[in-house]
This record gives sequence, structure tokens and C-alpha cells, in this order.
Amino acid sequence: MKKNLFQNMKKTSRKNLVTYLICFSFFAAVRIMGATDNLTRHFSSLLVPICINVILAVSLNLVIGFLGELSLGHAGFMSVGAYAGCLFAIKFKEILPAAVRLPLAMLVGGMVAALFGLLVGIPVLRLKGDYLAIVTLAFGEILRSVIINLNFTGGASGLKGTPQDATFTAGFAAVILTLFVILNLADSKHGRAIMSLRENAIAASSVGINANGYKLMVFSLSAFFAGIAGVLYGSSVSILSASTFDYNKSIEILVMVVLGGMGSIRGSVIAAALITILPESMRALADYRMLIYALALIVMMILGTSEKFMLLRHALSPRRLLSKAVKHFRYKKEGQNNG
Amino acid sequence: MNFLSNLISGLSLGSIYALIALGYTMVYGIAKMLNFAHGDIIMVGAFTCVVFITNMGMHPAVGVLASVVVCVVVGVLVERIAYKPLRSAPPLSVLITAIGVSYFLQSLAQLIFGTNQKSFPKFISLSPITIGQLTIKGESVVTMAVTVVIMAALTLFISKTRMGKAMRAVSEDKQAAELMGISVNRTITITFAIGSALASVAGSFYGLTYGFVGPYSGSMPGIKAFVAAVFGGIGSIPGAMLGGILLGVIENMAKAYISTELSDAIVFGVLIAVLLVKPTGLLGKKTNEKV
Repeated sequence: MKKNLFQNMKKTSRKNLVTYLICFSFFAAVRIMGATDNLTRHFSSLLVPICINVILAVSLNLVIGFLGELSLGHAGFMSVGAYAGCLFAIKFKEILPAAVRLPLAMLVGGMVAALFGLLVGIPVLRLKGDYLAIVTLAFGEILRSVIINLNFTGGASGLKGTPQDATFTAGFAAVILTLFVILNLADSKHGRAIMSLRENAIAASSVGINANGYKLMVFSLSAFFAGIAGVLYGSSVSILSASTFDYNKSIEILVMVVLGGMGSIRGSVIAAALITILPESMRALADYRMLIYALALIVMMILGTSEKFMLLRHALSPRRLLSKAVKHFRYKKEGQNNG
Repeated sequence: MNFLSNLISGLSLGSIYALIALGYTMVYGIAKMLNFAHGDIIMVGAFTCVVFITNMGMHPAVGVLASVVVCVVVGVLVERIAYKPLRSAPPLSVLITAIGVSYFLQSLAQLIFGTNQKSFPKFISLSPITIGQLTIKGESVVTMAVTVVIMAALTLFISKTRMGKAMRAVSEDKQAAELMGISVNRTITITFAIGSALASVAGSFYGLTYGFVGPYSGSMPGIKAFVAAVFGGIGSIPGAMLGGILLGVIENMAKAYISTELSDAIVFGVLIAVLLVKPTGLLGKKTNEKV
């Protein structure tokens, strides 16, 4: 049987292609809706937040899904990046045009956040599991209280005057860049090394994988993208206030990663987009939103470890049902030909 | 004199943290899980006090007793429904479930009581004690006294009773304990019940100290008590007592002499510093990794 190009690809590249296609078709759909005036003002105000959340969820998934460590301080990295990038953008407001300013601000924010990621990464090398989670939480809280008490960050009243550069196109470009880096990393030698640390750290180091180096790399890379998301956020709000980046923000990103499936980049993208859109479109359920999040987290975890449910899920998976139907159909056809 | 009165209010705050930290550390020692929702049990306890004493006009003793009962029921239910199915699950899933439970309790409280803080009934009104120039608040004395009594009782319970022995056995080696005929599930349930009862007492004192209770009142003391438990060495009961009291004193001193806004940052900074030097906390046991 002659295979087409799509079937000839590696399984992972095929999966990645689908992820990119989802993003590009969303982008195209929004652009077409915009051109034909079908875009409500309300929905277009959600476009940049969707990009921000997708970047945050994908980058947190790198730590949780691929490295297998829980970070509860993702909002902290986001805040550091946001402040660094916004201060940069304010300084160069008059000198640089927006098209240069925003990418440079993102780079600055990302680099500063990555530096803090390294800083957090150092205790990470000595700690793991629950201890690590609590240290990242502590870092996030420390960053927040320090930023509120500093002068050049605008203190408790927030940072004003950042040029409003964040557009959907810029956000989309940042999403694609994030996906490109992380998907390629996951499919490389380094990605497999990181995943082997998740499966069994001792076994991985015994075959010569540099556990400390990879952990630092994952933490700083994840922080880098959180910083980029922070700059996007900072360039889309009129007042950047440190109180936004609290523990609850980190949990919100965690919810996106968990609902999308830990270790699944495509899942994170879809979950982040849905969690951004749904609460806004279901105003009636606004009071119950947190309750639903909480129940979703608990139920997902319990079902995920229940063997019966996993068997049921496997039996009912669309791909399996489809291939079964195809086989059945083929078998019938062959039977007719023979008879 | 100023220093002494700061020290005493630090000790009183530290007693509350120690009571909460005991719950964290006992559950961690026995079920090897971080019960992130433990802090919110404090909030449940404080709200129960408000409902019974302020809204229903009951005697404070009845209110406190009711809050203990409600907290024990909530704690055991949470353990049975959310944590028990995850006994053999990876620690990450258990931690995320616990975060989910914490969110659940907070949002439920918000739906029932609203976002605004409710004032907590001042059911202990003792006149301050004056020794020379030093004045000590009556509530502080009661808090510290009750905490000392509870800690002594808990230490006796763990070291002398059959159930305490079972708890020590389960925390040492779950499978071996089961082979010796100890019901691991029952031991875990009782641990949760004791931890929740301690949290409800802490909730009453917390309410008395601050005068208000809201749906999110439990999360900050919960996180700080967790810091205290890690500080003292999680899994170690004397460690939780020591860690809690030290943390309360550090926080109060930081508030008094450095900065009120930065006190939380200082508390967390101390945690990170301790973990960098002693990854298992002050009194924690070092465990060797086996392949």
C-alpha cells in the first residue's frame, strides 16, 4: 500500500503537526471573523489572555508533565518577567517603535525570569517532591511581597505607563515560538533525558544523565516562557499590580495543565483556551466557578488512578472505536468478495 | 519590656501555628501525604464557632465543642472520599487532589457565608495581666496554656496508648504494620480526626486573636503552619511544636523590628534557608534512598 506524506511522518511529528494546525486554524478563524465583523468586542478582549494562558500552561507543563516536579510558583516567574519587560518598554517608549519594542521587552522579561528560574533551581537540586513544591510556593510569595515593597516597581499601587503593545498577532507569534521550542525539546535527546528523570531519577543518573543540569535547564526554560507571558500581560493592562500574581494564579495555571493532561502539550493548549473562554461566557455560573475547578481537580485525579476507569476509557477511546469499525467493515467486504 | 511583650505575643501566635503544624506533621508521618486542605479546616472550625455562638446564641463551650465535632467529621469525610482512593497513586496526584479539596472548602464557604469577613465572638474576656511594666493579654495566656496541655496529652497518647503505638508503627513501615494486624486505614482515619480536632482548636484561638473570619482565613495560617512543620522536620511531632513556636516568634519579631509588610517574606526566606542547610528540617530524620 502506498503511504502518503502524513503517514510517512514520525508519530511525534504527526502529533505536533496537529497541534500547530489547531493553533493556526484558530488564528485564521479569528482573523476571518474579524474581517467579516463577526467578532464581538467581548471575545476580542479575550484573545490576548488566551495567548498568555496558553504560554503559561505549556511552560508549566514542561516542569510538571515532563520533569515530574510540582512548581507552585509559576505566577512568581510571570511577575518578575512582567516587571522587567514593562520597565524596559517604559524606558524605550520614545526611542523604539512598537514592533521592535515588544519582542525586545519579551526577551528582557524572559531572560530575567530565567535568571530567577536558575535561582529557584539551585534549592531544587537538593529537594524534591512536596518540599520542592513548597519552596517554589515560598519563592512566589517572597517575590510578590518584595515587589510590593519596592519603589521602582510602583509598589502597592502598581506600575503605570507601559505602552499597550500586546496584540493578538504578537501573542500568537509568542505562542507558536513557545510551542516550537517545547515540542522540539520534548522530541529530542534532551527531552527524553528529562522524561527519564521523571520515570526514575536514580536509574536515569546511573546511565549517565546529568540530573542536576537538566533540572536547572527545565526550570529556567519554563521560567523564561512564563516571563514572556508576563510581558504580554503587562503590555495588555493599564496598571500592572503585583497582587495579581499570587498563589491562586499559580493554582489556576496548574488547573489548566492538569485538566489538559500532564505531559500533553496539545491538552494544555486546549485547556488553557477553554478555561479562559468558558468562565466569561458562563456568567450565570460565575459563583460556582471555583467550586467546579476544585471538583474537576479532585475527580480527574481520582479517575486517573482508578484502574476500572482507565480500562473503560481505553475501550471507549474514539480512535479505538474507529479502527474497530473500519476492521469490521473491511472484514465484511472481504467476506462478500470471497462469497 | 517591649521585647518581652513582643516575645510573649510571638509565643502565643506560635502556639496556634504549632497546633496546626501538628496536624500536618502527623498526617505526613502516617499517610506520607501533604494535606494542603488542613489550613481550611481551621476556617471551617472558626465559622462553626461563629454560627453556634453568634447566630444561635449558644454557650461558648458548646460552640467550641461543636466546632471540634464538625471539623473531625469534615476531616474524616475528606480523607475517605478524596484521599483514600489515591493511596497508591503518585505523590503529585495526591498533592493536586489536596489542593483541589482546599479550593473546594474555600469556595463552598464563600457560597454559604459570602466573601465578607464575619466578626468572631470574643467569648474569652480576661483582663490583661500586669507584672511590673509588662502587660500580657488574657487570650495569649489561655492560648499558651491550652496548647501546652494539648501537646502534653498528645505526647502521652502517642507514647503510651495502643492506638499511639499503632500510629508509630504505621509511620515506620506501613506494610509491616499491616502484617502485624494493625488496620492501616483505621489508623489513618484516626490521625486525620486528631489533626482536624487540633485544627479546630487552633481555629477558635485564631478567631479570638484576629477577631475576624472569612472564607480564605485558613489559607495563610495553613501555609505558615506547613512552613513550621517543614522547619521542624516534617513527620516529627516535637519538630512541629518547636517549628511552630519558633516561626511565631520570628514572625512577630520581624513585624516589630523590621517591617510589617515584609514579615511574610522573611518567614518564607527562613524556610528556604533552613531547607538549604538541612533539607529534612531541624528535627527531621534523614532517610537514605534505596535503589
